[in-house]
Amino acid sequence: MNTAVNGVVKDRAGHHTVVAIVEDKPGVLMRVSSLFRRRGFNIESLTVGHSEAEGLSRMTIVVDGTSAPIDQVEKQLYKLIDVVKVTDLSQEDMVARELAMIKVRCNNVNRHELLDIANVFRADVVDIATNSIILQVVGDEDKIDGLVKMCEPYGIRELSRTGRIAMVRGTKTTTVHDPEPERIRQFHASQGRRVEGELPFSSD
Amino acid sequence: MARMTGAQMVLDGLQREGVDTIFGYPGGVVLPLYDTLPQFPGIRHILVRHEQSAAHMADGYARASGRMGTCLGTSGPGATNLVTGICTSWMDSTPVFALTGNVARSLLGRDGFQEADITGITHSITKHNYLVMRPEEIPLTVREAAHICRTGRPGPVLVDIPKDVFQETAEYDWPEQINLRGYKPTVDGHAGMIRRAAELIDQAERPIIIAGHGVIWSDAQAALVELAEKAGIPVITTFLGIGGFPESHPLSYGWLGMHGMFYANMAADKADLVIGVGMRFDDRAMGRFKDFNPGVKIVHIDIDPAEIGKNFPVAVPIVGSAENVLPRLAEQVKETKHPQWVRWIDQQREEHPSLYIRESRRMLPQYVVRTLYEETNGDANIVTGVGQHQMWAGQHYFYKRPRQLITSGGLGTMGFELPAAIGAQVACPETETWAICGDGGFQMTLQEMAVLVDEGLPVKIAIFNNGYLGMVRQWQHLFYDKNLVAVAMTQPDFVKLADAYGIRGLRVETKAEVASAIREARTYKGPMLIDFQIDQEENVWPMVPAGAALSETIEAPAEELAR
Ligand SMILES: Cc1cc2nc3c(=O)[nH]c(=O)nc-3n(C[C@H](O)[C@H](O)[C@H](O)COP(=O)(O)OP(=O)(O)OC[C@H]3O[C@@H](n4cnc5c(N)ncnc54)[C@H](O)[C@@H]3O)c2cc1C
Ligand SMILES: Cc1ncc(C[n+]2csc(CCOP(=O)(O)OP(=O)(O)O)c2C)c(N)n1
Ligand SMILES: [Mg+2]
Repeated sequence: MNTAVNGVVKDRAGHHTVVAIVEDKPGVLMRVSSLFRRRGFNIESLTVGHSEAEGLSRMTIVVDGTSAPIDQVEKQLYKLIDVVKVTDLSQEDMVARELAMIKVRCNNVNRHELLDIANVFRADVVDIATNSIILQVVGDEDKIDGLVKMCEPYGIRELSRTGRIAMVRGTKTTTVHDPEPERIRQFHASQGRRVEGELPFSSD
Repeated sequence: MARMTGAQMVLDGLQREGVDTIFGYPGGVVLPLYDTLPQFPGIRHILVRHEQSAAHMADGYARASGRMGTCLGTSGPGATNLVTGICTSWMDSTPVFALTGNVARSLLGRDGFQEADITGITHSITKHNYLVMRPEEIPLTVREAAHICRTGRPGPVLVDIPKDVFQETAEYDWPEQINLRGYKPTVDGHAGMIRRAAELIDQAERPIIIAGHGVIWSDAQAALVELAEKAGIPVITTFLGIGGFPESHPLSYGWLGMHGMFYANMAADKADLVIGVGMRFDDRAMGRFKDFNPGVKIVHIDIDPAEIGKNFPVAVPIVGSAENVLPRLAEQVKETKHPQWVRWIDQQREEHPSLYIRESRRMLPQYVVRTLYEETNGDANIVTGVGQHQMWAGQHYFYKRPRQLITSGGLGTMGFELPAAIGAQVACPETETWAICGDGGFQMTLQEMAVLVDEGLPVKIAIFNNGYLGMVRQWQHLFYDKNLVAVAMTQPDFVKLADAYGIRGLRVETKAEVASAIREARTYKGPMLIDFQIDQEENVWPMVPAGAALSETIEAPAEELAR
């Protein structure tokens, strides 16, 4: 999805890497994805996970900027109450990575070839069986595309890619310095949790 | 701190947020709430006849008063019935607090009886929504939701509460402070941008202000008048901006758009500077975007940054609330006049007087609206449905105050008229309130006549009975070769219907009776319905055909004027 030129990651033409710091609450992923759907913004990839701050998650979204002006994407994201901060990393010098696991068909005869290929791509072998092997590779999308292509002739049984995560190089951050008051934190932490229990005898 | 049930917390919280009226409808899961209502005599509950109406009533209440309106429905069908009303207020950015019950927590997600995922369903039509899973969370949720609802760009919120959360008790702790990291509306307006806007205004030869709904929500009418007068700028409004600038003002040139005034459309199209205030450059207002006034410079004042640059490139963006920005802008602009430009628009108006009503023996709908205007001295609150009658109500009544015209613009929801008028009358009991209804739309929510009787509300219902889904008939007539399909309706006897509900009814069949019927309704103390059997074939003019540019505004064709 991106091409590394002199070690600097650039987005593919029209693509933007947007980081959204969001409240870690149920439904927030749906709010974001439903926003993209209804506004017709095309998503190339979307990943979510914890951030450095408790109660905040970090979403990395690769958007096809030809489907919408990127400032509209940012502004519409900001309109969601649960979205705290939005940064378009494409304006920055960034490091972007993706992880992939590839389960490739192989046998005693060609396993060595595959291991050589893995070596070139600095991919790890995370599982091995009599007629398959799982390679794990980390890199920018082009590198992963490259490895996938090399594996194709052997037969790919399964492929799983995480989608991109990214960070700005240097000391600059995309973090939020607005800690939640304890009371509100507790409230948010508890929001939306399913209460386990018996089915009541009847509903009304 | 005291121990309270969830239901008590909800009602206490709403009361603290200033809620004095709830438009609602009961059902199993909200029974604990209803059980608690008598403990809160400060909250008036109005029992509606359909939840859609509850949401419209809350909306009408909000639009008429500027305060948050509140509606309530039970789980499942009660909640889904609210959806059309919530979406109506979403599209027009009005502050409505929707409260729903849901099935008990242990049943959630298991397709319990009357379970609907109403938070999921309303994600895209609320400013924010909440599913509250513990009673302790209720106070903060109510506080946050109400805050989100009425600050910044207003909009509906929904709070969904499972039945057993209403019943459970917990310590009640009302939060004085809230802190929403992800919600910090910009209200002030950037000084540098205001400076640049003032410069552009000073340089402009043909400036025009387009005032929208946001002017009304920020009570900025006085500031707008000040700016327009000082810099000599003519003002037009959007359809929802009507009343944001007094229509009797010499600088007022009506409203623009698909059925706006010819001269307003021409002025917008020939201006060298458009100052959009609290309006979102909607396609019904602006015509075909691509061909709107090529070369115009735009200053856009809006509280929602996402509206700026959404449809048109903007020379000077000002994110802020109109009531803060306009006075500062007025302070900085030079005092001036644009006599040539104003004369040019005046000349357009003389040559194309869009609001002239021709002499006719028929009962023209325009005549009915104009007579209502005259009989009420232009003081009544007017609430409309959607269709031709809506456009005539916007054109032929002249509005002086913000909040005087209440109408569904963005979603265009038929059936809005009667319930929204009820909400408006509840909010402003002293203000004469007329519901201008389509004969089609009225039948979508007419059962709310019962509420008029229950609550003793003197709303006057004027049905514009043309026997057609008139607006659709007009389109079929003009753009589908007069192939009228599924638009003619045999109407019930509306007077008998009114009678069945215990409301006084009157049928008006000739032009000569119009004024006296209106007078009769005005002197009558209670609610009253008038069935105006208007001319059936009349079309709304001027018109910008769908997909055309403002410069292509068409006026009434000669053969129609000869009718
Ligand atoms: C049959 C039919 C015909 C129609 N024909 C026309 C027509 O001819 N002309 C026309 O104009 N409309 C017409 N409409 C209505 C149209 O669809 C839109 O609803 C309308 O144009 C929107 O007006 P608006 O932008 O002023 O209001 P809204 O859509 O309510 O937008 C309000 C704007 O104000 C901003 N705002 C809110 N609060 C503030 C604040 N405090 N400070 C600053 N900004 C604020 C909001 O962010 C938003 O951008 C028609 C509708 C129907 C159903
Ligand atoms: C709920 C809903 N359904 C359909 C429409 C499409 N529509 C727009 S105007 C109109 C006709 C309205 O008829 P009526 O209420 O009689 O008003 P008139 O145009 O005749 O004044 C219709 C069907 C709508 N706006 N709302
Ligand atoms: Mg009709």
